[in-house]
Amino acid sequence: MIDAAPRLPDGLVAVVKRDCPTCVLVAPVLGQIAAGGRALTVYSQDDPEFPAEVAPRVDDHELVMSWHHHIQTVPTLLRVENGAEVARTEGWSRTEWEQLAGVHPLGAGLPPHRPGCGSRSVDPALADALRARFEGDRLRARRIELGEIEDEFETAFDRGWTDGLPVVPPTPARVLRMLDGTRRAPDEIVAVVPPDLVPITVEKVAINAVMAGCKPEYLPVVLAAVSAACTDTFNMHGLLCTTYFSGPVVIVNGPIAARIGMNSGINCLGQGNRANATIGRALQLVVRNVGGGLPGGIDRATLGNPGKYTFCFAEDEAGSPWEPLSVERGFAAGTSTVSLFAGHGPSSIVDQISRTPESLVRTFAAKLRATHHPKLVMGMGAVLVISPEHARVFAAAGWSKARLHRELDALLAIDGAALARGADGIEEGVPAALAAGRKLPKFRPGDLAIVHAGGSAGMFSAIIEGWVSGDRGSQLTTQEVIS
Amino acid sequence: VTITLLDPTGERRPTERPRAPRPQALAGQVVALLDISKPRGDVFLDRLAALVAARGATVRRYTKPTFTKPAPADLRRQIAQDCHAVIEALAD
Repeated sequence: MIDAAPRLPDGLVAVVKRDCPTCVLVAPVLGQIAAGGRALTVYSQDDPEFPAEVAPRVDDHELVMSWHHHIQTVPTLLRVENGAEVARTEGWSRTEWEQLAGVHPLGAGLPPHRPGCGSRSVDPALADALRARFEGDRLRARRIELGEIEDEFETAFDRGWTDGLPVVPPTPARVLRMLDGTRRAPDEIVAVVPPDLVPITVEKVAINAVMAGCKPEYLPVVLAAVSAACTDTFNMHGLLCTTYFSGPVVIVNGPIAARIGMNSGINCLGQGNRANATIGRALQLVVRNVGGGLPGGIDRATLGNPGKYTFCFAEDEAGSPWEPLSVERGFAAGTSTVSLFAGHGPSSIVDQISRTPESLVRTFAAKLRATHHPKLVMGMGAVLVISPEHARVFAAAGWSKARLHRELDALLAIDGAALARGADGIEEGVPAALAAGRKLPKFRPGDLAIVHAGGSAGMFSAIIEGWVSGDRGSQLTTQEVIS
Repeated sequence: VTITLLDPTGERRPTERPRAPRPQALAGQVVALLDISKPRGDVFLDRLAALVAARGATVRRYTKPTFTKPAPADLRRQIAQDCHAVIEALAD
């Protein structure tokens, strides 16, 4: 097995390459050590004839030894006892070489110090291929060898792996790099993915994250999103099956959002940010590829919505007058979380005139009342995304988020008579027996969430309308992001 | 140069099971009617109950807690244990 970790020979071990002036400089020193009778093995990375001063040399142009023993620099000099490395020095330093080799003096006439060069085993042009070769056995997924004339992008379409857009081909090298984004083991089970109820490993999530275009640092967020989606409270199975519009909406809170460059500002519900775009997409690819949730198969949406390609954004916490969604939901400030909401949209709230919270909250209530159907209540949820220019109206008047919730609840208690089937000449509505003689809340407790996001200009906020809420449908589900 | 890709799918290998034998007639059978809790599912199932009973079958009615989730395992087991056939109603 050429790829197995080779045992180091006892004595002194040097790793060099001809293409390194420092290695050329120390070649006579290696000759001096060998001539002195010390056990010395020299590994040559690029030219088995180098250095001529020592024989025999070991050809390491395949970098098996250099890779497995983490050689970063050439020359590197090691001392090995009983197969184990006990000392290492990199580059040329007379005092360190003399100490390590136990030979005095060494390299008369050479300068006292000279930095080394990069080892070929860490050459960026080679590193991915070396990793795939030497660490590939960490990966358990089935390997698919493409024929020479197969196009790797077309094959992903042909095999049904994409959402309709091209995907990044999930090569072993790319997947290994993606797995660097988490400390979790590749074979750890993250969740059981509906509808096929398939246990999914960190590795399978990583494969789909590669395809979605994620960077490795996004992987912990994708893992949390997959885990949250596959809970009974979120109910991904039902959300897939429904003829309704909704799909998973991913809301990210906490320091990880800024750390990975997520957009919570201008156009945050739109296109153009890699993290926003690819995290939401990775979740959908997992549901499709691992869960088996295919449009027209288990996904029965009458119309669907474009957010089913991806719908992911971060809350603007730094600019918010209020506690973030994650804190409202019981997580400590500073904890990174993912909240999943079954929704679609956004639909717009325009109010460029209101400068008092009493007026603006009425605008919000009027639009929220019309979500789903102006005469349907208590069955579905919504997320209200409040922009900075609207939020500052409430902040200036000292309204807390809790107060805003209370005022909205009061305005959204609706006369049953106006909601009854047949009222306003509309057959849709609440059954007469439920509506008669009382007020009904538009939203049941907990079914309306509020987040702060958006660009600093524009007196526009947004409503992300939800699907069936509560234990009958889907509940906003929050999980901590674990790195 | 050939390219190696890692399979992004669940790599499932489903086990095939034979279908239960179909009843040849309704007379003498116990038939489950499963309401999935969609609006007006009861309208459809009430009519079916009359039609099935008229053909000599015993009708048992069951209800899923919500149409948005699969039937609980206990409910599925109970139906399988108590009945020869099941009719599930979708409605709106």
